[in-house]
Amino acid sequence: MKSYRSRRIADAVGVTWSFLCAFLAAAVLLIILGYIVVKGAAAINWQFLTQLPHPVGIEGGGVANGIVGSIITVGIAVLIASPIGIMTGLYLALFSRGGFASTVRFLSDVLSGIPSITIGLFAYALLVAPFKHFSALSASFAFAVLMLPLLVRTSEEAIRSVPRAILEGALALGMTTFRSTLRIVLPVAWPSIVTGLLLAIARVAGETAPLLFTAFGSPFWELNPTNPMAVLSLQVFTYAISPYRSQNVQSWGAALLLVVAVLALNLLARVLLRTRIRAAP
Amino acid sequence: MQAAGEETTAKVQVDDLSVYYGKVAAVKHASLKVHENCVTALIGPSGCGKTTFIRALNRMHDLTPGARVEGRVVLDGIDIYAPNVNPVLLRHKIGMVFQRPNPFPKSIFDNVAYGPRIHGTRNGASLEALVERSLRRAALWNEVKDRLDRSALDLSGGQQQRLCIARVLAVEPEIILMDEPASALDPIATSKIEDLINDLKREYTVIIVTHSMQQAARMSDYTAFFLLGDLVESGPTRDMFTRPSDKRTEDYITGRFG
Repeated sequence: MKSYRSRRIADAVGVTWSFLCAFLAAAVLLIILGYIVVKGAAAINWQFLTQLPHPVGIEGGGVANGIVGSIITVGIAVLIASPIGIMTGLYLALFSRGGFASTVRFLSDVLSGIPSITIGLFAYALLVAPFKHFSALSASFAFAVLMLPLLVRTSEEAIRSVPRAILEGALALGMTTFRSTLRIVLPVAWPSIVTGLLLAIARVAGETAPLLFTAFGSPFWELNPTNPMAVLSLQVFTYAISPYRSQNVQSWGAALLLVVAVLALNLLARVLLRTRIRAAP
Repeated sequence: MQAAGEETTAKVQVDDLSVYYGKVAAVKHASLKVHENCVTALIGPSGCGKTTFIRALNRMHDLTPGARVEGRVVLDGIDIYAPNVNPVLLRHKIGMVFQRPNPFPKSIFDNVAYGPRIHGTRNGASLEALVERSLRRAALWNEVKDRLDRSALDLSGGQQQRLCIARVLAVEPEIILMDEPASALDPIATSKIEDLINDLKREYTVIIVTHSMQQAARMSDYTAFFLLGDLVESGPTRDMFTRPSDKRTEDYITGRFG
């Protein structure tokens, strides 16, 4: 039987060790953030945010087209993925024990593990090669496929977590299951679903690999999604491997913008969830 | 086994009803005659099958995976489990109030108006009249008439339960099922609900599950005693509580177990 003193020491060691590990994990994130802020802040100015890229070798210019391109590409992806993802989540929540439901859930989980570059290739084969034309739309399609498993999972969880009593109250009034879920349960689950959507957007906002052969990038203003388009994450890549110092600095600046956007989305998702928890009966 | 009943109309006749969850029988071969415009109380210790029984009367088990119902429940001459019966329309005729109040997270008005809206009433004026009538019948109108637009979730537990009753009344059912409607409420709210039920039986047929024998003795016309899935005995409340036919009933009522 160990003495009391040695047990106390073992306890202290254990606690200290777990604290150090947690600190390390947080430190990694903070170091990355700090580094990007330090290196990227130098590039951020009004010109950077509002101008088109300058021709290679000429100082200045900006990533305005990349910012707009990211918004358009992700926006279209949200429009494609949300209805499909949320309705699938609804189906899984309603028929959770069916054989078909289990299959769908499994396939969705498998899909979330497929590398993004593979999905990019799939989008290329489907939407770029047949038309011999790069487009933001094909990138949006790839993004939508990436977002789908996340949306399905979080929507299903959100709908499942609504107390069953509310559904039964609606059913007891003579409503069909589908209508009860759509009109009564879904509105209650909505804040959680939106949170899931924000997290899915954050996931996809920084994806670069699929863009290499779908959106392809562009030095011009482009608002037409059927054309190749500049996207912020792609610009990070292109400028990072460029031999020109000024472009390397801009790569850090674009990376900083992305990080800020992802951070903002995550914070927004948290705020939304907290408001919902406070408003719950 | 039924004690001699009065000769009122049978609104619902339950014949040999059995409910299985998977292989386990929660209700075994229960038969009961439910009289019109009367309050029928279902009593028995926890887990005896009374909630399962009452939920079989509006086909709520259709939504439970793995649940199987055998036997007949005849309402106005039609077996509600017949293949051509639409359970959605059935629940229009047989309403249900649950143990815990479950108002929708909407305004008081929208809660009560929801049922009629889906069943086709769209006219603003008739909806308002219907909502008022239902809230009056549920003894809630005076307390909420000035704040119909406020969220139903702001009401107290007792008020929420009366709102749920108003919600059921708004679809104008013939039968109201109540699964321990006052068990989550304080004594004052409980007595309000009991008074309400006494009023309701003039126009509706009420079946109520209750944990409290005293409550059953206070407000029901007929009582059915359940034990471990069997409907042991049923009959007029007065007879059940003064001279029960079955020893198990007598033991439960005198408090020897339960």
